[in-house]
This record gives sequence, C-alpha cells and structure tokens, in this order.
Amino acid sequence: MIKEATAKTATQNACRLCNPLGACLAFRGIEKCVPFLHGSQGCATYIRRYIISHYKEPIDIASSNFNEETAVFGGSHNLKIGLKNVTTQYKPEVIGIATTCLSETIGEDVPMILREYKAAYGSEGPLPQMIFASTPSYQGSHIDGFHAAVRAAVKTVAEGGAEKHLVNIFPGMISPADIRYLKEILADFGLPFVLLPDYSQTLDGGPWGEYHRIPPGGTPMSAIACTGSAAASIEFGSTLESPKSAAGYLEERFGVPRLDMAMPVGIRESDHFFELLEKLTEKPTPEKYRDERRRLVDAYADGHKYVFGKKAIVYGEEDLVISIASFLNEIGIVPVLCASGGKSGLMRKRLLELVPDMEEKGIKVRDGVDFVDIENETDTLQPDLLIGNSKGFTMSKKSSLPLVRIGFPIHDRFGGQRLLHLGYRGTQELFDRIVNTIIEQRQNASPIGYTYM
Amino acid sequence: MDTQNISLLEGREKQVYEKKNGQKGADIACDTTSLSGSVSQRACVFCGSRVVLYPVADAIHIVHGPIGCAAYTWDIRGAVSSGPELHRLSFSTDLGEMDVIYGGEKKLYRSLIELIDQYQPNAAFVYSTCIIGLIGDDIDAVCRKVEKEKGIPVMPVHSEGFKGTKKDGYKAACTALMQLIGTGSTEEISKYSINILGEFNLAGEAWIIREYYEKMGIQVVATMTGDGRIDAIRRSHGASLNVVQCSGSMTFLAKEMEEKYGIPFIRVSYFGFEDMSKSLYDVAQYFGDKPEIMEKAKVIVHDEIRHYYPDMQKFKKALTGKKAAIYVGGAFKTFSLIKALRTIGMSVVLAGSQTGNKDDYNRLKEMCEEGTVIVDDSNPVELSKFILEKEADLLIGGVKERPIAFKLGVGFCDHNHERKIPLAGFVGMYNFAKEVYESVMSPVWQFAPRKGGQQ
Repeated sequence: MIKEATAKTATQNACRLCNPLGACLAFRGIEKCVPFLHGSQGCATYIRRYIISHYKEPIDIASSNFNEETAVFGGSHNLKIGLKNVTTQYKPEVIGIATTCLSETIGEDVPMILREYKAAYGSEGPLPQMIFASTPSYQGSHIDGFHAAVRAAVKTVAEGGAEKHLVNIFPGMISPADIRYLKEILADFGLPFVLLPDYSQTLDGGPWGEYHRIPPGGTPMSAIACTGSAAASIEFGSTLESPKSAAGYLEERFGVPRLDMAMPVGIRESDHFFELLEKLTEKPTPEKYRDERRRLVDAYADGHKYVFGKKAIVYGEEDLVISIASFLNEIGIVPVLCASGGKSGLMRKRLLELVPDMEEKGIKVRDGVDFVDIENETDTLQPDLLIGNSKGFTMSKKSSLPLVRIGFPIHDRFGGQRLLHLGYRGTQELFDRIVNTIIEQRQNASPIGYTYM
Repeated sequence: MDTQNISLLEGREKQVYEKKNGQKGADIACDTTSLSGSVSQRACVFCGSRVVLYPVADAIHIVHGPIGCAAYTWDIRGAVSSGPELHRLSFSTDLGEMDVIYGGEKKLYRSLIELIDQYQPNAAFVYSTCIIGLIGDDIDAVCRKVEKEKGIPVMPVHSEGFKGTKKDGYKAACTALMQLIGTGSTEEISKYSINILGEFNLAGEAWIIREYYEKMGIQVVATMTGDGRIDAIRRSHGASLNVVQCSGSMTFLAKEMEEKYGIPFIRVSYFGFEDMSKSLYDVAQYFGDKPEIMEKAKVIVHDEIRHYYPDMQKFKKALTGKKAAIYVGGAFKTFSLIKALRTIGMSVVLAGSQTGNKDDYNRLKEMCEEGTVIVDDSNPVELSKFILEKEADLLIGGVKERPIAFKLGVGFCDHNHERKIPLAGFVGMYNFAKEVYESVMSPVWQFAPRKGGQQ
C-alpha cells in the first residue's frame, strides 16, 4: 500500500474545477464557435450551469452523450453524429472539442475520428473548423484545460509568413472586463493585436432581439491564423510553461518571440506590462494610463494606513494568486497564505521572483490544497481577510472573516463578470474594494457608529 | 423574428408536439437518451442520484471519481437542514491518472475511514462516476468492508454518468435508500402516519408541508429526503402511507416499499392552491376512519386561502392575459404549474420537461389549451424559438434556462433546486405569484429589443 504523505486522503470542498471547464470557457472566446465535450451529458450540463451562474449568459455546450454502448465500443459514432447535429443546428464556423475523463480513459483517438469525419462529410460542402484539446479531468485543473484549448486553437490554424505589424496577447483566464480593458490599452497604443480568447462579448453581452445560436463576439479564426506571423506574443501566467502555452507553440513553430509575464496586478507588474508595450510600439504610454497610474499612487498614499500590516489569505488559480500576492506585498498587506488547488509545482518559485523576501515576511505557499486545508490554516495564521472566489464563503462565514471576491467563480454576488483585476485601473478597483472591506469591518465593529472613517 | 429557420434537430420531431384543433396526435417520444450533439438541459445518471440523496444531512456523501463531479455539486441545492449539515460539504476521492490506471479502491477505502472518523456521520453514500464504471472498482466490496469496520451503513450508489439518463440515477438513489429502509425500529409509529417522498426541503418547503399534516393529526415518519435523517429513513417502513411528490424521482421507491412492506402510495403536488389542497384532502380521505382529520384539513385550507386571497387577486388583476412557458425537470410539476398560473390569470404557451413519461405527456396534452407546444428533453435553441414565436412573458425553469429568458427580455421564475424562497404550500403559492408578478411586471423590459428597445 502506498503511504500517504498527508493525513488527508479525500479532497474536501475542492479549490479547483475540472479540466474540461477551462476548455469550454476558452472555446467560448472564439468567434462562431460551439464548445463540444466528448463524454457524458452531465459534464456539459454541470459545466454550463457553473459558468452561467457566474457570467449570467447563455452558454451552449454540446455533448456526445455517451451511453453504455459508447463506453464499451468507443465514441467514434456518437462523436460524428454529434458533430453533424451541432453543425446543422448551430451552423458554427468552429467546433471546439474537448475530452472528459470518460473518453480519455477509454483511449479515444479523437484526431483520427475527426479525420474520418472530414473524409466522410467534407465533400458535402465546407465543414466547420475543428479544434481539439485533450482535457482529461483526472489531470490538473480547469486552468490546464483553458490553456490547452488556447494552444490547440493556435495549433489548428496559425500560419507563418512575413512578419506583420501585430502582437498576440494570450491573457489567460481573466474577466470580460479585464479583456475589454486590455483591448482598450492596445488600441490606445495604436498596436494591432490578436487577443485570444476574447469572451468579453460572448460572456458579457447585450440583449437579443432574436435568438442567436452562437452569441456575437469572440476572436475570429482568421485572426488566429495570423498569430504565426506576429512580431511577438505577450502571455500572462507565472506558472504557464512554454510547452503548454499558445505563445510557446508559436515561438517554437514560427519563431514568434514569447514575452511571458505575471498577470499585471499592482503598480510594479502593470509598469512592467506598459514598459513592454512601450518597447514594442516605441511609443510612450498614453497620458490616459499615466493618469490612471498617478491616481493609483495617490490612492495608495490615501489608503495605506488602513491596510498596512493586515494579513490576508489568497486562494484560487495559481497565476492569479501569485499576482494578487505581489500586489498585496506592494501595499503592505501580508499574504500569509497563498493557496491553490492547482499543482504546477512552480508557484513558490514564481512568487519568490516577485516577492524575494517572502520567507522573512512569513508568506506561505501551498499548492494542491482544498478549502478544508485552507480553513485549518486560518486558525493558526489569524488573517484579517480572505481574497478569492465565492467558494471561500463557507470558510469566511465560519471564521467570521471578510471575503473580497475576485476571479472565478463569483456565484454569490452580482457582476462577477464585470470585476476588473488587471492594470492600473483594475488595481485601483481592487485597492478600493480591499480598503473599503477593512473600513467596513472597523465601522461595524465599533459601538460608536462613526459616520466618517 | 428570426425563428422560422430554426429547425428541429433530425430525430427530435417526435419529442415536440403542438396542440392544434384539439387533436391529440401521436404519443410524444420520451424516456430516450438525449441526442448526441444536442445541447440537452438534462444532466446524467450521477446528477439524478445526487439530487435525490443530497438532502440527507447526517450522512457524508462521497463522490468516487475525478474532481469535477464533486466540485460542481458542492452546496448547490437550497435543501436546508434543521440540524447537521454534512450534506453541504463536498467530498471526492479526486482520482488522478495513477488511480485511473491502478484502481481507486484503496483510495476510496482510506477516504471513507478518514471522513467517517473526522465527521462521525450516521451513514455514508458512495457515488460512482463514469470512470468507475470503466476501471471496475468494486465499490460494493469497499462499502461492505467499511460498514463492517465502522458500524454505520455505507451505501454504494451506482451512478456512473453514462449508464442511462437522470431517471436511472433516481433509481440508483432509491435502491440505496431501500438498503436503509426496514432496518430501524417502528415503535411509537401511529396508525395515522405517512412518509413524505420526493420533497427535498428546498428553502424549508418540507417543514411547511410537514406542519400541515401534523396539524391534521398525522404523524410524519420520514421525509425523503428533505431535511433527511438516517434514523427516520430506517424506520420509514412503519408508516401507513407514502405521499409522493416529484413522482419522477420517487415513484420507484414508493413502488418498492409497496411491494416489500405493503405500504400504499398516492401521488401529490404541493404547488398551487388547488393541488396543495388536494394533497391534504387525499391524505385525509385515506384515513377516512378518523373524520376529524378531514375536518382539520378543511380548516387549514380555508384559513390559508382566505389569508392569501386578497393578495392573489391583486396579482391576478395585473397578470391576466400574460403568457408563460414552462420547462422544468419533471412533468408532474408542470401540471401543477399550469393550474397555478391559471389561478393568477396566466395561460401556458409552452410546457415541457426533462424527464416526463408517456402518460405525463398525454395528460399534458389534455390539460393544455389550443396552440400550446409540448416538448420533451428540449434544448436552448428550441426553447428560444418557441418563447419568441409564442410571445411568452415568462419562463419558468432552472438556472440553465434563466439566461435564455433574460437575454430575450422575458420574465423568469426559478422553480428548480437553487431557489431560496419556498414555492410549495399555500404560502409558496403566494411567493410564486409574487415572484412571477415582480418579474413579469418589471419596468426593465421596456428596454428589451423585443419590446421595441434599442439594440
């Protein structure tokens, strides 16, 4: 019998989601694309439900709908029927196919099935493009599925060629509001770009006068095709390694330089991002963003006393946690625990690069944890606040700790899709919310009832 | 509007029916698995089992498989408990690649032992997920072993996602419950006693229903599974009558109990004044040898309706002539909703369910008005098509249907497991009418494109 390193075998209140969820989210950021899960009906339905509760938008995810026969004899037939049905009903330009634990375990050769499908139906007229990402749920977490889908999209259509005046930006799993902000910044720099995936409209769009089989918005496949001839790729994600990333593929295949960096949260990392853009465009940062930076520095000064020395537990996807921790460090909050259900093995190392004195400051990093592990830490660490997604509410309530909601999922508050995290503007919003959380706590705790704080 | 060119998927025509010229037409095809590539609103076998057993609050529920299935079902139902809350925790064996290769039995065993030691539950339910059906873990053997070592019931739930539909999941859950039933003492159970089946205590609904029956002088032995307790389930075979709501999930259990313990059952619904009253009268009638039960039932119905009547008139006045679309899990609920909507002046233009059977749909055809569309196992494209074509003002459904309604500028009432306000009982009908009123009459729809707002 294998000896367990930890006392706890079962995962209790998981701090991560499964691989295919991330892939569906990323596929939703490609124009006229329908995500398609090769597995049981439940996977698609649960993931839809989970995504809808955060974004409040319809998200159709098709399923090949395994039954017992399929599981025994293989899903080739079901997958083909499914692709045909999706094509008929949604008229997609792209179908994003991701696997599940079931189809991976029976060893489905999806690329081969897709080749057969194309051979069988290709003559009947143009078929939708098909992107395939392998996303077994028994490996990694939703963030791996997200990156796998982005990389697969690029791999499917990117073409080389003479270098274009264009940059690629692969921002990772950020909010629609963050995506819009990044697009605004790049446009203001006058820099042509391809941002992938772009679900800023598909998962946060306007009302419909008629039913859209696929909501408008998303990165067009024609744009993704150009990524192979871009001048460079900017990729956010501290723990995302080149062999797993879209930018990594483009660098290896077409020699497009991969400029990877942490998600730009906080002044230092945002500076880093804007410097990168200055270098790529040989233009100064537009005055609008310099203004945002000045207001942020001013806000830091105005709010510093409320936050100094406060202790926070930060949890969620590894990359988000690292960037938030780096931001907290620059405002004087100690992220006493940086926790993630993800397990890239790189979290500590990457955080150390951003916060070199983390050991002395008493910053602890734990990967591969669940909420019960985190909860157990709160007793000894005595934090002042929690920063992370909605799923920490159980812990927040139990420990009477305020929770600043960020990231995904936000299931117990309104407007999670419109939360901004990145750049000077996103940092400003985060800073305001954190300061206000602390002020509110103090105000409520005081019997005096101060009307100014 | 662009709905004419939305065609039904090939193979789905027989699951859709429109009532025209009063004709009944052919039977609706149902009880089938969903079509590959169709975005079904259904889930899977595991989902069926999980929803039925979830409210059992003094047991641990451990999902044997990779993390997803447990993560997506962590604390998602508004099924409340008056005591322990173990059901609100999410436990998973979180199988990784090596477990898939070498098997997960040992991990399951250790997980169970540790969790039972840590949480001291009165029982454990072990749900097998898709992969388990493939790698062949013998979860029955593990459950037996742990049961023996720990001295509490440990029930395997065979809910591999791909082995059927949600209904098969209901059945697997009922099979697990049957293992418990009959193992407790039936002492101090009165002749005038019932079990409440298929009531999951969403937003405390089981408490409301229980109170009515208790006021009538009837003992409620067990609610399955709302605010559920292992001990109550174990002795539920001592009750005289099973009162079954949500017939889709629990009729199987009622039939099993009838066969094994000779307990008859009746089907009821607690939604709407009409069906709620009937649920009380039907039970009273069963205990006809004690007429005061019926007298008390009449008093309850009279008092309750008199209490809510003035408000209901207000809602009715505002809502008369408005049109509703219904798409919910079980067909039985659809019947009640049609009646409840009539009470507040609304007609139904679309009625459908995920898991209705042939009889359900035939009854729906009889109940519905001319022009009503009836669907089985529908999908977002179809639902939207009919909502727009029929100019519905309201959609009743669950969380997956909500964004469809809101995108199209249509009011919405959540009648699924995430609701936080009780919709059952007399007070529930008031809450339902209020919610419908507040959504349909909201001024925000003036900006919706279909009401002439800018796009």
